[in-house]
Amino acid sequence: MPPSRGAQLRARIFGHTTVLIGATVILAVLAVALAAPWLAPHDPFAQDLSQRLIPPVWDARGSWTHIFGTDQLGRDYLSRLIYGARISLLVGTTAAAMSAVIGTTLGVLGGYFGGRADLLVTFIITTRLALPVILVALAVAALIGSSLNIVIAVLGLLLWDRFAVVTRSATMQVRSLDYIAAARAIGSSTARILLIEILPNIANVLLVVATLEMAQAILLEATLSFLGLGIPPPAPSWGLMVAEGKEYMFFSPWVITIPGAALFGLVLAINLLGDGLRDITAPESRA
Amino acid sequence: MLAYCAKRTIVALLVALTVSVISFALLHLSGDLAQALAGPSATAADVAQVREAYGLDRPIVVQYGDWIARAVRGDFGESFFLKVPVGELIADRLPVTLTLGICALVFALALSLPLGVAAAVKPNSWLDRLALGLSVLGQALPSFWFALILIIMFGLKLRWLPVSGSSTWQHFVLPAIALGYYATPAFMRLTRAGMLEVLASDYIRTARAKGLRTMSVLFKHALRNAIIPVVAVAAVQFGFMLGGSIVIESVFSLHGVGYLGWEAISRADFPVVQAIVLILACIYVLLTLLADMLNAVLDPRIRVR
Repeated sequence: MPPSRGAQLRARIFGHTTVLIGATVILAVLAVALAAPWLAPHDPFAQDLSQRLIPPVWDARGSWTHIFGTDQLGRDYLSRLIYGARISLLVGTTAAAMSAVIGTTLGVLGGYFGGRADLLVTFIITTRLALPVILVALAVAALIGSSLNIVIAVLGLLLWDRFAVVTRSATMQVRSLDYIAAARAIGSSTARILLIEILPNIANVLLVVATLEMAQAILLEATLSFLGLGIPPPAPSWGLMVAEGKEYMFFSPWVITIPGAALFGLVLAINLLGDGLRDITAPESRA
Repeated sequence: MLAYCAKRTIVALLVALTVSVISFALLHLSGDLAQALAGPSATAADVAQVREAYGLDRPIVVQYGDWIARAVRGDFGESFFLKVPVGELIADRLPVTLTLGICALVFALALSLPLGVAAAVKPNSWLDRLALGLSVLGQALPSFWFALILIIMFGLKLRWLPVSGSSTWQHFVLPAIALGYYATPAFMRLTRAGMLEVLASDYIRTARAKGLRTMSVLFKHALRNAIIPVVAVAAVQFGFMLGGSIVIESVFSLHGVGYLGWEAISRADFPVVQAIVLILACIYVLLTLLADMLNAVLDPRIRVR
């Protein structure tokens, strides 16, 4: 007897090193973010000007009290890093979810109805792609006043293009299949066809795009914070930590290497998971 | 062909117009410009005075009509902060950004084309894996952080290259790498996929059977056809690079359009911000239009779609 589909899928997931690595790192970061109050050795906001810019533990001048050293205000770097994971994950998931709703709606409508509706959707996508994202996000954040919610909203409203492009073409492929015609023949409403027949069948693709957009949102939040118009201080956003450390990077390089490496690692893990998921769910699309 | 070009041009104009409406509306509706301009300590009377002086008390539709009518003639108004025409400011800074963009594009292509070809010639070889690994790593690298690491490594530790300013060509090396690496994964994947397809085709077999040298087959016969999709994507990526230059220019203190935009945003100089958003968007629209037409010339099948 051949193994069941579930067993095959499990075998494929566990046989896939990149998915395993990606998922493990993401789960670890998630666990750290959730357990931040118990894991952080110090208060991430507590300043101690007598303890400024202490090097991390692997440096000869470092100590175990501050494993990753301290920043220019004497705040414990490890604790700030741990709390910063919350910001990255929160921005990544919520902005990606928001853009998923916008992009999927546009893509499914354009792909299913075709004709003028599709022309309109394509036009909206083209227009969005022509907007310089970072510049617009910065300008809006500067005007409204930057905060965590504003950053999430701005990114969610700007990053839906890939969702729309991918769902549009996926829907086009699905819409002429027999089972859609069958659903229409038994009198299903259009809304039912879109939500119950089409959406679940393009869910695989959506999942892959979601990981890419989440990575993108995390990088953009860090970029906005780095340029001073994202998450306002004293919040420990990783991008903001790099910005605040920039002045001191010549003599205390760890103030930028540590938060940057954390950002790099998290985004890499999300991308690995996404690439792996694509391999598993749609091996034919491998480039 | 003519009909296709006309249709694409009309769509491009419409996109540019829509972008102008959106960017204008975004900046005028997401906050009070007069308040931002007058500063946080201004009294209500000051704000009202600013509002009147800059014509911000007029209906937004009138303001937009006035702005776009001047903008199409190249008049973007006067900078709130520097009191000089915005057009001149941007014309001053655009060469730096375009130079940076072109250098970044050249770097990205110089790195990704040979790697893409090598990866396609021997799929699953160590070179192929290296190329794939580089592209996966590259996509996860935050550009501002990569730029700072380059500064520490090559500017401070090794002292090979200058890290800020734009007076010599050396000043553009690190910024071009920091900006260009982001486009390499896309180029590399496209080149690899295109080469794999072309190398399997009959005319390549013929060329090989004729006894042509491998290099000649790869670069003269195969790459030329495999590169078509790369050309289109290169145009689009160049547009993205101009948009991304704001980050790189601010890290390297390159006084280009991106840096100008960042400065303008931080001092609420909105005529400048608006003009930059519009100009960058128009450049992007123009580039995609050119890419579409180039594709239509190279591949006649596209024209009838």
